Amino acid sequence: MISLKQDRSKFPVRGDDGQLIIDRESGQFSELFLGPVHPGMTGNMSLEMLIQGDEIMKAKTHVGYLHRGFEKLMERRRFIQCFPICVRIAVPEPDFNEYLLAATIEELAGIEVPDAAQWMRTLLLEMSRLQSYLAWIGGQGSSFGLGLIGQWTIWARDLVLDRFEEITGGRIYHMHMPPGGVRSLLPDGFRGRMRETLDTIEQVMKDVDKALFQNSVYKTRSIGLGYIDPSMVDRWGITGPNARGAGVARDVRKDYPYLKYPELDFEVAVGKDSDAYTRADVRRRDLLTTVDLIRQILERIPDSGEFMAKVPNVLHWKIPRGETYKRAECTRGEYGYYTVTDGSGYPRRINVRGPSYTHAVTLLEKMIVNVNLADAAGLMSSLHTYPPEIER
Amino acid sequence: MQQILDALKQSVMIEDVRTQRDDLIFITVSETQAVSAITHLRDRANFTHLVILTAVDWLEDGLFQLTYLLNNPVEKTDIGVRVMIDREKARMESIHHLWPAAATYQRELREMFGISFPGSPRVNETFILDEGWDGPPPYRRDFDTLKYSEETYFPRPGRSTNDPAEYMKSMLYPEVDND
Amino acid sequence: MRSNDDFLSKKIVYGPEGDEIEVDPIRDYYCDAVPQVSKEYKRAYPGIIDRFKNWARSESIWILAYGSGCGAIEMRPLMTPKYDAYQYGIQWRPTPRQANLLMVSGYLSLKTLRIVIRAYEQMPSPKYVMGLGSCTINGGMYYDSYNTINRLDYYLPVDVYVAGCMPRPESLLDGLELLKKLIREGQGLGADIYAEKFEWYKANQKKILKSWNMPDYSW
Repeated sequence: MISLKQDRSKFPVRGDDGQLIIDRESGQFSELFLGPVHPGMTGNMSLEMLIQGDEIMKAKTHVGYLHRGFEKLMERRRFIQCFPICVRIAVPEPDFNEYLLAATIEELAGIEVPDAAQWMRTLLLEMSRLQSYLAWIGGQGSSFGLGLIGQWTIWARDLVLDRFEEITGGRIYHMHMPPGGVRSLLPDGFRGRMRETLDTIEQVMKDVDKALFQNSVYKTRSIGLGYIDPSMVDRWGITGPNARGAGVARDVRKDYPYLKYPELDFEVAVGKDSDAYTRADVRRRDLLTTVDLIRQILERIPDSGEFMAKVPNVLHWKIPRGETYKRAECTRGEYGYYTVTDGSGYPRRINVRGPSYTHAVTLLEKMIVNVNLADAAGLMSSLHTYPPEIER
Repeated sequence: MQQILDALKQSVMIEDVRTQRDDLIFITVSETQAVSAITHLRDRANFTHLVILTAVDWLEDGLFQLTYLLNNPVEKTDIGVRVMIDREKARMESIHHLWPAAATYQRELREMFGISFPGSPRVNETFILDEGWDGPPPYRRDFDTLKYSEETYFPRPGRSTNDPAEYMKSMLYPEVDND
Repeated sequence: MRSNDDFLSKKIVYGPEGDEIEVDPIRDYYCDAVPQVSKEYKRAYPGIIDRFKNWARSESIWILAYGSGCGAIEMRPLMTPKYDAYQYGIQWRPTPRQANLLMVSGYLSLKTLRIVIRAYEQMPSPKYVMGLGSCTINGGMYYDSYNTINRLDYYLPVDVYVAGCMPRPESLLDGLELLKKLIREGQGLGADIYAEKFEWYKANQKKILKSWNMPDYSW
């Protein structure tokens, strides 16, 4: 019987005080720079590693390849002008940025969003999570060498982007949630087409289940990879499926309910052994939960009604002084916006807290020790880090 | 929430309390008592999760405001601890011994605002900016990013500013001469 | 580790039999030759062989698979059966040594500009550059950012721009079609323009990348 756990207890050689003995002259250690052009990297990040033979001893993450200074740019623009720019912070799921910026502005200015607009916002957020999970499964398969999974799921993701284009007019960046509501409700015939897309996605997920999750190569490589202890979750700031894979059931949709989630019926997927395979399984179950949530929303969303609250002239809008923090659950974890206003027409400070901020820098450097070099890409992809939200 | 604040008031002087929502309160403490207040909140009041550590630049008052946002995952409440520090000699005690994840936030604040956290691991390495950056910390409000971009990077001619308020003013009141 | 000077300073290395060798990394690890223009540059009239070569080059464009900005999210659907760029002979390669088109997908921050310059210089001639999105044309919506460049053609010779934010996959295919037309007419001369105006490009690059710890030309 083949054991699926790898025993690496006698490596590396440590001294009496438990520290690594790194002897650069002996020729056993070499430095490797896994740069951003490498196809195994998730996004534009680089790792500077010290390896011994086949194993990684130490690693340092380098970020900053995508820094545009968003928070400085947003201070120069009026509130409504910040929307086109804030979506570009987290490219796979741009709707969370729009929703959170609108929600913080509405809370500081005291605006109530009407009911139909809240249903519409929930639908858009769930569709955004769906297409992000599909892209992630493709990336996870490719990191382990199974490139075919990516071809299926990214094709399926294109169908969801077509549905987005019907509602909002754009494939990736939608700009559909200004402060006060949404720009429009559902077009005619949308429900039928969306249900067809969801059926296609469920078919694709059955194939992906057989090809990826029951694949013996994937199971051997990912079981035991990247273990997160449940006590690490609070100290290292881990949220989302990374924490849920370790058994800590935290989901912002259940803990701090926002929009229409209190009226929807769903369960949070939690895993037990917190390795890469469990996290992938948690995300797969989350994807199926999202499909189910979209079906529920489609039955209950109103076709007409007021979808935009009265807001003052957005070009001369001055919001009273205050600060607030709002969070939402995106596919990677807890996404948050901390907004400070000072009574003028420009925001004082908007700070975006992406979930990869804590996952990719300190947590990755801790977890990549003693990992096989070939599995480094798989580990990074199983934490679902995405560099633009680290350096904004 | 109120009993947490009362328990905290016995050891730390709280200067200002503002309730934003039912589950979000902002308190202001002084610089010397901040770390002990945060330690008290983490150990005795169960605010075990550090959500974010940011800074806001109040140029007019000559102060930086550091905000430590802590979260209690069991009671599902948040508390924001605001600390005002001086803008010229910007330094603050590091909290990386409480949360290892705080080291990343402190690296970014050191690079972007110039606030120094002595003792934090790897805090003086370049993190986000390019290693050849020799200008002032960019997120400070006295750094003009448009002027820097026009001087350093060769802008393509033909770009005009489109501030919507100015355009509306010129459309609605064309006879008013505004300088 | 990367920006320390002791990586690039002179040192003494020991051979397998214990003999001492003095090594100067900038001179010995990297070649200091500058790029040369090819003999086919600015030929008056392309003959039959040149037209055949240009046709063959246009039908097999291999792209360096590097998504350096936002635009990467619309490059990935081109590899799937829905938009299918592979039917035009276009492939994505992981290393610059096997690629001949560099797609700069969006804005370039300073750190990425270092990477892109080295990747471009390591590609074999003839090579082309395509700028995706409005950020390569005039800075786009980050025109006032202190960390992104405003004009790509001051640092690399660009052949085709595809405007949009992001351009749809169909516009990308349209841009590739235009590039193929240019190559067939003999206008795909980016590598030779880079070699001819090398001083000017290098001066622009060195003006904004202040700490220059790379060789002048990565061969």
